[in-house]
Amino acid sequence: MPGEALLDVRHLCKRFGGLVATDDVSLAVRRGEVHALIGPNGAGKTTLIGQLSGALRADQGQVLFDGRDISRTSAHQRVHAGLARSYQITSIFKNLSVLDNLALAVQARSGSSLSFWRPLKAERALFEAAAAVLAQIGLQARGDSLAGNLAHGEQRQLEVGLALATEPKLLLLDEPMAGMGPEESERMIALVLGLKAQRAGSDNPLTVLLVEHDMDAVFRLADRISVLVQGRLIATDAPASIKRNAEVRKAYLGDELDDAHGEAHGEAHSSHGAPA
Amino acid sequence: MTLFSAAHHRWLAMLALLGLVVFPLAMQALDQSFYIGFACRIMIYAIAASSLNLILGNGGMVSFGHAAFLGAGAYVVGIMMEEGIVSAWISWPVAVLASGLFALLIGALSLRTRGVYFIMITLAFAQMMYYLFISLKAYGGEDGLSLPGRSSLELGSLSLNLKDEFTWYYLVLLLMVLVLYALHRLMQARFGRVIEAIRENEARMEAIGFATYRYKLVCFVIAGALCGLAGALLANQNSFVSPKLIEWTQSGTLMVMVILGGVGYHYGGAIGALVMLVLEEVISSYTIYWQLPVGLILLAIVLWAPTGICGAFSRRAQHGKGH
Amino acid sequence: MSWILILEQSLNGLQFGLMLFLLAAGLTLVFGIMDMINLAHGSLYMVGAYLMATLTQASGSYWIGLPLAVLATAAVGMLLEVSILRRLYQRDHMTQVLATFALILISNELVRIIWGAQPVMLNTPDALSGPVDLLPGLSYSAYRLLIIGVGLVVAVLLYFLVTRTRTGMLVRAGASNREMATAMGVDIKRLFTLVFGFGAALCAVAGAMLGPILAVQVGMGENILILAFVVIVIGGIGSIRGALVGSMLVGVVDTIGRAFLPHLFREFLPPAMASNLGPAVASILIYVLMAGVLFWKPQGLFPARG
Repeated sequence: MPGEALLDVRHLCKRFGGLVATDDVSLAVRRGEVHALIGPNGAGKTTLIGQLSGALRADQGQVLFDGRDISRTSAHQRVHAGLARSYQITSIFKNLSVLDNLALAVQARSGSSLSFWRPLKAERALFEAAAAVLAQIGLQARGDSLAGNLAHGEQRQLEVGLALATEPKLLLLDEPMAGMGPEESERMIALVLGLKAQRAGSDNPLTVLLVEHDMDAVFRLADRISVLVQGRLIATDAPASIKRNAEVRKAYLGDELDDAHGEAHGEAHSSHGAPA
Repeated sequence: MTLFSAAHHRWLAMLALLGLVVFPLAMQALDQSFYIGFACRIMIYAIAASSLNLILGNGGMVSFGHAAFLGAGAYVVGIMMEEGIVSAWISWPVAVLASGLFALLIGALSLRTRGVYFIMITLAFAQMMYYLFISLKAYGGEDGLSLPGRSSLELGSLSLNLKDEFTWYYLVLLLMVLVLYALHRLMQARFGRVIEAIRENEARMEAIGFATYRYKLVCFVIAGALCGLAGALLANQNSFVSPKLIEWTQSGTLMVMVILGGVGYHYGGAIGALVMLVLEEVISSYTIYWQLPVGLILLAIVLWAPTGICGAFSRRAQHGKGH
Repeated sequence: MSWILILEQSLNGLQFGLMLFLLAAGLTLVFGIMDMINLAHGSLYMVGAYLMATLTQASGSYWIGLPLAVLATAAVGMLLEVSILRRLYQRDHMTQVLATFALILISNELVRIIWGAQPVMLNTPDALSGPVDLLPGLSYSAYRLLIIGVGLVVAVLLYFLVTRTRTGMLVRAGASNREMATAMGVDIKRLFTLVFGFGAALCAVAGAMLGPILAVQVGMGENILILAFVVIVIGGIGSIRGALVGSMLVGVVDTIGRAFLPHLFREFLPPAMASNLGPAVASILIYVLMAGVLFWKPQGLFPARG
């Protein structure tokens, strides 16, 4: 059912030594929505993504996904449950071709990989599924290139494609626009909108939790926005309300909005997520 | 960018195989039968080094205790022979299974750690095995165990005489070729892709849904089992097993073979074994202090030619720090 | 078994543990600060013992030989660092293992060429060759007591050096965060060479002290090196405190295990089995200890880093 919570985070806490990275965060992401998570640098966004994806263990609290408690499951089990992440710092297989990258992600969800004899090359189904994702992310022309040889923007597209190839119900995108120029950002926005439109109305709509600093992108993509400051969630609302929210403006958004409309746009980008 | 294409590789491999097939005939004709046994030793070490190359080169798991499995395989054959079980059909598979089982136990614990800790814990487990066999007085203890002969091998009604140098040579050759071919298939299959990708980026492999620990463990077990086969052959080759097989320098030597030949290259282990043992043989015929030049050569290779012999002939993306 | 025996074995364990600590301290610092596995650390211990034997014989006095041997070994260590090891800091661990493995082959062979293949004699100083009565019924080797004394003094000195001096702070900073040390504008190159020489000196002290008890021979460094590795893995790589605790654990567990496990087994098992199993279990006890520690704490008891 669209509208109900696909991801339900309850009272999540994470400390690193004396530092509180996640402070009693409760958050619901509805099925079919693009939910943006914004906040200043060091607010704990990536840490939260890590806990949702299973790379980090939460100290306290629960993560419910699709009605199941997944708080204690490992990262790969969460992927199989339908929860996939992309990384802020590009994390692709640079020594493999673009198509092989995607085929690897397809391989993870299709049958056992304890196959020791049959050549991978003969597994047509893998590469057909990978080619479909390749088309989705708009890299058809680069399928045979080594992933390490792609331009930065293309690597970011592949980064999202790797998560996409696992066929997730929920896509956790950690700053997909990191280090991108305006043109590349535009392509990424189109990609996310296209994915959403493609599965809209089906009983398996795409749900996205988007961490992003590019406010222009956030307000064009998000159905709802949550604001994280110093590990605490201070607001969750529709974009228009978030823009007006006094607390949010004071804590964070004021500067960013001014930046987004001022000349410093490009600078705001370069301050986070240099090309890896 | 490779100097040799895949087709070239196949031709070279075929040529090498042909050479290996006629080698004992040539040696006999030249009245140099000593070298037949020497070649057997090289081929056995080629299996062992290739098995290490699977975890170390392909999987990026720097195991410093691989000799444990060589010793386990050898001791299984030795102990069974001492107890009257000489059939290769029984003792060799048991050797492979036992080594695989040891690898399962050692790997299950070691793979929980990473980096330096992994190197050290694998070394420690091999040391454990070493001292265990030293204190095993019933089977020779520190002095080792002399075997009455080689295993017996029946094929239907035919009984192969493994004491015959020719029969033994061709059996070892067959097994080495089978192992190398199986490893080649494995690396081309789904499993090989997973193993190499884990080496490159383990966190991402978890994040796209692979249970990386399990795959690494399976890889470790396969390598251990194959090295157990090499151990079983070595026990037969030497008609002798001793804790020396498990000494940590043996693990080091296997690692040296892999890096000499080429880390992660399919023939890296085999070529490394060949070069290392020939080097030892040649230098030790000139000086009793053969370890000095071997050490200097190794040091030079590590410092200035880290991709090994295979790497010198084909250029491809190299692995940097952090694996 | 009597209390006297237990006390005596505990002293032996303490003595062994302290000597292990001398090796482990240098190893863990090099490990922690330079992220480098140095298998050749054991070779420095061997070289220290050989130099001690030669210099003692040449000078005719143990007490003149000792400082000379320590200084000479430190010089050898620094030379090694400047000429070869320095090139390995940025390389991966496997390369470091192999390069320093090569150094072991080279140094073993060089020692064999210089001093010959036979073990070299190194005697205890005459004044300390006899036993001392510690308690009624417990007489203990005076020389072993000296080892314990020297070990304790060096351990305390090391503690002050690392925790109370500027150089020590830098070393600790480097061990837990290399970037920070670099950012502090430290001459890292010189610091590394210094730390290395210092580690080599500690090796030489251990080699010189243990020389008269164990045999001074080629390969003597390797077994103790592996024990030192076990120590720092148990203690947590890069942590001096971990090295101390680990050394004591390994020293005492190993010594006590070897002394008493066979007796213990004889109480429960048939004699034939006990005499086989006792020494076997005793010899692997520390590895079991290490596996146990790593199972529950994969980063060792006192993780120095993240």
